[in-house]
Amino acid sequence: MNNGAPRFAADLAHLPTSAHGPRATTWWGTLGFILIEATGFALAAAAYFYLMGQTETWPPGQSPPDWLWGTLQLVLMLASLWPNWWTDRVAHADDLRKVRIGLVVMSAVGLLTLVVRAFEFGALNCRWDDNAYGSMVWVLLGLHAVHLITDVGDTLVLTVLMFTKHVEPRRFTDVTDNCVYWNFVVAAWVPLWALLYVVPRLV
Amino acid sequence: MSARDASRFIRRDGPSLGEAETHARLERTWATPPGLWGWLSSVDHKQVGRRYIVTAFVFFLLAGLLALAMRMQLAGPNQTLLTPDRYNQIFTMHGTTMMFLFAVPVMEAFAIYLVPLMVGTRAIAFPRLNAFSYWVYLAGGVMLWVAFILNVGPDVGWFSYVPLSGPQFSPGKRADFWAQMVTFTEVAALAVAVEIIVTVLKQRAPGMSLNRIPLFVWGQLVTSFMVVFAMPAVMVSSSMLIMDRLIGTHFFNPAEGGDALLWQHLFWFFGHPEVYIIFLPATGFVSSILPTFARRPIFGYTALVLALVATGFLGFGLWVHHMFATGLPHLGNSFYTAASMAIAIPSGIQIFCWLATLWDGRPRFATPLLFVIGFIVIFVLGGLSGIMLASVPIDSQVHDTYFVVAHFHYVLIGGAVFPLFGAIYYWFPKFTGRMLSERAGAWNFGLFFVGFNIAFFPMHILGLIGMPRRVYSYPAGLGWDDLNLLSTAGAVILAAGVLVFLGNVWHSLKHGLVADDNPWGAATLEWATASPPPSFNFVHIPVVTGSNPLWEEADGLPVVSGLRVDQRELLLTSVVDAAPEVREPSPEPSIWPLLSALAVTILFIGSIFTPWAVVWGSIPLAVGLIGWFWPKSAPDTPEPVIE
Ligand code: HEM
Repeated sequence: MNNGAPRFAADLAHLPTSAHGPRATTWWGTLGFILIEATGFALAAAAYFYLMGQTETWPPGQSPPDWLWGTLQLVLMLASLWPNWWTDRVAHADDLRKVRIGLVVMSAVGLLTLVVRAFEFGALNCRWDDNAYGSMVWVLLGLHAVHLITDVGDTLVLTVLMFTKHVEPRRFTDVTDNCVYWNFVVAAWVPLWALLYVVPRLV
Repeated sequence: MSARDASRFIRRDGPSLGEAETHARLERTWATPPGLWGWLSSVDHKQVGRRYIVTAFVFFLLAGLLALAMRMQLAGPNQTLLTPDRYNQIFTMHGTTMMFLFAVPVMEAFAIYLVPLMVGTRAIAFPRLNAFSYWVYLAGGVMLWVAFILNVGPDVGWFSYVPLSGPQFSPGKRADFWAQMVTFTEVAALAVAVEIIVTVLKQRAPGMSLNRIPLFVWGQLVTSFMVVFAMPAVMVSSSMLIMDRLIGTHFFNPAEGGDALLWQHLFWFFGHPEVYIIFLPATGFVSSILPTFARRPIFGYTALVLALVATGFLGFGLWVHHMFATGLPHLGNSFYTAASMAIAIPSGIQIFCWLATLWDGRPRFATPLLFVIGFIVIFVLGGLSGIMLASVPIDSQVHDTYFVVAHFHYVLIGGAVFPLFGAIYYWFPKFTGRMLSERAGAWNFGLFFVGFNIAFFPMHILGLIGMPRRVYSYPAGLGWDDLNLLSTAGAVILAAGVLVFLGNVWHSLKHGLVADDNPWGAATLEWATASPPPSFNFVHIPVVTGSNPLWEEADGLPVVSGLRVDQRELLLTSVVDAAPEVREPSPEPSIWPLLSALAVTILFIGSIFTPWAVVWGSIPLAVGLIGWFWPKSAPDTPEPVIE
């Protein structure tokens, strides 16, 4: 094929060189990792229920985690969906000035959620080495914390990037992917919050 | 301006840039820099794929040596070649290495090399992640083997059941190395799965709609989705195990509300799909080799695709069948027996389509086809013993005997290793530009087939007459002696087959017949480019007009133009119809994936010894990742205006 003259069927020079959403590979990559992590959360949650089914009283001899910090976290995260949505929108429009604002806001929100998370760990009313319940609670909260830390770290780096000479169309795609990921972090917290804070009060 | 001057400004492929010039410019843009640094920072999927294949093979040989050691020890009663403790480590290392460091990675390795070529693109999606995954995999394997050599190799079986592997019964660090090796290999496998999914969904050549995707690529796509849903289970469980052992959590400790069966559920939620993660790519080999050597298109393409997808789903319904012996509620057992048997249906469909292809074709019995026929024979036998095991009463009877060992070697060697060897004979010319010797290939196959059956068929009988698995020796007079000796003899013949293979590769690399682009007269896109392919895979992106492009477009594939030749650029197409959508840049080589993998290695190995490794280890990791993603230069040069 590479010896004879090729048969050119079409010329694609007119195609764009960057895209947002499902037309870009990074969007699919982000989705892939979200699927993986969601499976991890689901399995950890299933293990929680499994151990709960093996135990007479739940939590066994401790009181459930205190409401305050976890619920504050829930409110904070749900509220953050709005600036996140806005950042996503202005990134789609390649509006650098607004993207900078959005990223600064999201960085601040992210750091705040980390502070709240630290207080959450202090209000669990159990230790990881008390019993299987304690282990489960710590691991679930820890697993989510790892996602928080990663996403906040990513947001901070992106924010810095957007103030350097490296701004180009693909960076806006990175911002939109980061917004998608934050939605996932929030979406994962809603059932986890219910699992950690509500379920032990119901049974 | 003369034509020659004008062409200097052209930055895209097309009619105005001559073929030789296009080739030279693409080579300059896509070639991996020479030297050690270039080698370490390569992101070329063909180089990474080759490394994966070679590394996985080294692990296959190492695990094979351990298998020989076990067979020597068991050749007669009361042997003392291996101590009981060594034997425990050896069967664990054999099983673990074969499953985690050989079988799964070697299948991914073929995907990494072949999928981008088969779908007609210049590079794999996320090539740096790909390089990273290789280094992580290598580090995990080396760690496990160094531990073994230092006498801290795992000794609790390849599935590390608690409570045996828990803190109480396995003090020391042996089980931790096992658990952490799992983390390494699963990180690598998950990364590759995402790359393959995105490459297949977004980077197919224009016109390669879903119903024209080669079956090998379909197999790898379904496999990758299975990896995405199955591997997190074993990562969750192995992390829990490490935490139980290191920081005193109680997931598997019944005294504190934990539960040992939780381990088994999580492990087999991964472990059963794992068998299909190994097997589906192997069916992809078969579906690639058969049409080429039967010289007709595959029979029942759509049925085969549906069978792949069905296997993907059913594979998850089956995990409980590894746990029949644990006494789960009986209704549950009946359900899983039904599911276990149901999976025979898609397998049966595949077998019939393959046989029909052969039947209706004009078969040419070259080595790849021999291995495929060997596969079909062995796999049918293995499937039969599998159907037997799917019935709860039989499973309870032969559970933990050599019957089970025989069964899964029939499935794994018959179902994966035979097709794999067929695949090597088939694609070796594409990988290296040389043919393997056909005569040595026939010997290779013959020794394999005979040796394999002599080694493993007697194990069925041994199991039925009561020989348990995982015993380091046995007393004389139980009626086991002759069959064991026979089995060992078979293993030696099998090993001779491996030696013939190694000799064949060694010799053919230098002296094999030189292969042209398409030495077998095959139909898929990887044969439309040079052997071995250039760094950029295709001079122009081909256009696909049917399911067997090279057969249907006998006088050369139509191509598209307009991709840049001065920067790495890929063509992205739509998911269903593969209509062109975007020209997207592809990353340059980088040392950061290697550095990040090293940081991960420090973190993982450190956390075997102290939980603080997770905290401190995340700092170099963060540095590595930022270095990786930080843009290297000023923004891309703007698009040229002169055409
Ligand atoms: C090449 C020839 C091979 C020979 C002669 C061989 C031999 C053996 C033997 C004798 C055992 C039983 C050890 C015992 O229970 O005491 C064993 C176990 C095992 N083999 Fe192989 N094997 C071979 C290839 C493979 C391959 C290719 C795979 C996988 C792809 C594999 C996977 C396993 C696994 C998972 C176990 C179970 C280990 C455990 O009990 O934890 N073997 N093998």
